[in-house]
Amino acid sequence: MTTSAAASVRWRLRQPSVIPGFGLTLGFSLAYLTLIILIPLAGLVWRSASLSGEEFFAILADERTIKALEVSFGTAFIAALVNVVFGVIVAWVIVRYEFPGRRIIDAVVDLPFALPTAVAGIALAALYAPNGWVGQVLNVFGIKAAFNPTGIVIALVFIGLPFVVRTVQPIMEEIDSEVEEAAATLGANRFQTIRRVLLPGLAPAILTGFALAFARGVGEYGSVIFIAGNIPYVSEIAPLLIVIRLEEFNYGAATAIATIMLALSFVMLLVINLIQAWSRRRYGYGA
Amino acid sequence: MDVSVKNIRKEFDRYPALNDVSLDIRSGELIALLGPSGSGKTTLLRLIAGLETPTRGSIFFGAEDASHRTVQERHVGFVFQHYALFRHMTVADNIAFGLTVRPRGQRPPKTEIRRRVADLLEMVQLSGLEKRYPNQLSGGQRQRVALARAMAIEPKVLLLDEPFGALDAKVRKELRRWLREFHDRTGHTTVFVTHDQEEALELADRVVVMSQGAIEQVGSSDDVYDRPNSPFVFSFIGDSAHVPVSVADNTVRFQGEPIGVAPRANDMASGTGTLFFRPQDVALVGDPAAPALEGRVATSRRLAGTRIADLDIGKPGEPHHVEIEVPLDALAATGTTIRFRPTRWKLFAE
Amino acid sequence: MAHSPRRLRSPTTEAPLARYALMTTAFLFLALFLLLPLAAVFIEAFRKGSGEFFAAFGDPDTLAAIRLTLLVAVIAVPLNLVFGVAAAWAIAKFEFKGKAFLTTLIDLPFSVSPVISGLVYVLLFGAGSVLGPWLKSYGIEILFAVPGIVLATIFVTFPFVARELIPLMQEQGTGDEEAALSLGASGWQTFWYVTLPNIKWGLLYGVLLCNARAMGEFGAVSVVSGHIRGLTNTMPLHVEILYNEYNFVAAFAVASLLAALALVTLVVKTALELHYGAEIAAGRKH
Repeated sequence: MTTSAAASVRWRLRQPSVIPGFGLTLGFSLAYLTLIILIPLAGLVWRSASLSGEEFFAILADERTIKALEVSFGTAFIAALVNVVFGVIVAWVIVRYEFPGRRIIDAVVDLPFALPTAVAGIALAALYAPNGWVGQVLNVFGIKAAFNPTGIVIALVFIGLPFVVRTVQPIMEEIDSEVEEAAATLGANRFQTIRRVLLPGLAPAILTGFALAFARGVGEYGSVIFIAGNIPYVSEIAPLLIVIRLEEFNYGAATAIATIMLALSFVMLLVINLIQAWSRRRYGYGA
Repeated sequence: MDVSVKNIRKEFDRYPALNDVSLDIRSGELIALLGPSGSGKTTLLRLIAGLETPTRGSIFFGAEDASHRTVQERHVGFVFQHYALFRHMTVADNIAFGLTVRPRGQRPPKTEIRRRVADLLEMVQLSGLEKRYPNQLSGGQRQRVALARAMAIEPKVLLLDEPFGALDAKVRKELRRWLREFHDRTGHTTVFVTHDQEEALELADRVVVMSQGAIEQVGSSDDVYDRPNSPFVFSFIGDSAHVPVSVADNTVRFQGEPIGVAPRANDMASGTGTLFFRPQDVALVGDPAAPALEGRVATSRRLAGTRIADLDIGKPGEPHHVEIEVPLDALAATGTTIRFRPTRWKLFAE
Repeated sequence: MAHSPRRLRSPTTEAPLARYALMTTAFLFLALFLLLPLAAVFIEAFRKGSGEFFAAFGDPDTLAAIRLTLLVAVIAVPLNLVFGVAAAWAIAKFEFKGKAFLTTLIDLPFSVSPVISGLVYVLLFGAGSVLGPWLKSYGIEILFAVPGIVLATIFVTFPFVARELIPLMQEQGTGDEEAALSLGASGWQTFWYVTLPNIKWGLLYGVLLCNARAMGEFGAVSVVSGHIRGLTNTMPLHVEILYNEYNFVAAFAVASLLAALALVTLVVKTALELHYGAEIAAGRKH
């Protein structure tokens, strides 16, 4: 008691522990983190802060910038919606059904994580171009699926799928079958059970998956530029516009666009964290 | 509502969980399905609810064969072991769920649903908690919400799977008494599963003792405790001692020696069997010449108002231990010899 | 006599028709969006026969790209490995103020667009910066050279190892280490003989994912590389150049090498999950 009374007066960084290496590991981690991540990111913020407000908004008010941001956020939003629908179905099939090759299907879901984006980009472009295998079929129905915003959505669906599946899947695996049985004994048919009991329970996970897929889609570059067509004002994404401005040595414009993209993704991450915290506090579960 | 289970067999992966089980439950009865884990008691409960489909046999609700009815059509109130409350719904929404999923034509109006929910909450003594989420309730409160939710659909039969299993000992005792009162007030036909014999004996009108997928005995608490009809029931319910014996010439012998017990009229006349008795149903035998079981005290311990002695009654090299109650004043030091005779016993042929 | 009742569907499954519809939907979706693109890479690569395919690897620029990709991975992955272990040790074995914030910072690169990850280094070392011209006066080139590529790669692959190890080591607690220390082991001995064996599969898992991303990174590297053929082109960048030159067979040939790497990654990853699931920890999310 006497020693702790003395210690409690002093502010302490950490709880006492017999395990060694705290200073070394934390020191190294912080130094590395600062050098690799924090200083460069701070450089971006500093650079953008050195633009005057007028300059900053002039860049953002540029028609091409606005369109590019619209294209990036719009296509990412649509792709994330598509991924929510199909991602939940894919997760359901993997978790609930027994069929030969289930493990392979499960592993294949991670392909977009493992396949370099440029490879995915040229493969999707080859497939969905008007003369590609899928593109030819779609052409018959008058659908053009490459070199326009549809192409961007296709690439972002590819990139975002595992984010939804891998967020929803573990929560789905934990569903207690008693809950479904309870709904059935109370007279709910299967559709009512899924709609009113199971899906609301998965909602926080689905929302998180959506946000992750959306955030990734907004920033995605490699898989998109090959299939997008990159027509200014139509199918030019914001990351590409950053690259273009850089190649013009217009660092100010590149910085401004990057700053606004960063800010928007951080706001979204914050919102998601808040929703998660709220869900955990209220229902006792998050994702 | 009477419930009849007729010749039910249930296999999981060709392994029988229930084998030819028949049971008649009378309307308004409170019945306990009691048995060790793996005895098939939960399977039987789930079959009655329609959560499982029998491999063979049928289930009657009253005169109607309910075997073809889906779980939704059976209108049973089922309370799950872990309550299975819907975590994203308030207490009120949980209770109202069964009413709100009815087809439009049969669904009561909103005000009616609200009134019914309020009544049920009052009945389970949780008024004022309707806006809470399950996460914000104690175990005992969750249990009662689960019960109110099951009662909301006005079930014909109430089924409870280990209703007190997940609660701590004190809450468990309170809720047990509360459930008994609840049953007496509402008069529902109620079946509950338990592995706790104390719970079954205290609460149920009749106890169904199950073992290895079959019903061993059905009867009142007195029946199953005082008149067990199988070695399993005798050893599963209450404390008991058993002794391997042989019967011949109207005498019961243990390891060849008569023990002062004669077979009754409907016991076997000869052969080998097992003699069961309760530790308290013994009398000490003072006369060293009289036939009796004789054992050396291995250990003895004081238990409330009595003393329990662990005796080795076997011959040297053939040890056999039994535990009996001895008076507090009896000399039961380790190593001393005690002679006794069962006063109430039951003989089961091999 | 008791008749056999009609089979009732279990209350926790869908009607067969709904089940088949859902399965068909899932399979078609995965085939269309995942399997078909993967197949397309190999089919396009061999479109003109294996002769053309192998000819693509005779190009010295392609070989230089492969060498550079390997070099970058060989530098970036071990650095992030050391960081991952150190960060996980500090975060999982100790309680300290600001721990949650530090964990969030480690995840930061995941929420940054790859293009921005490259951009920050352009701003730091580029012509308009303070640092770039100063280093140049000493003959040190960062941007449009190998060091820039390495830095950008480290940035994007920064969280992979730490992310796998932190939850794993938190789950394992400090009991084993305390036991080892009480038996007289030194800090390093405790790490080598107690901690490391406990985390080796999780570590391998993290390194695997880190490496896949390091070799495949495109956006960030593209911004800092300068695209100098034979010098600052990694494999993914080389794929882009070949593709934009309409040299499709060569582009897909190099791409197929990267796709093969992805397949190997997936196979090893699945095998690790299958055999050492518990030792890789709960974190299956990325």
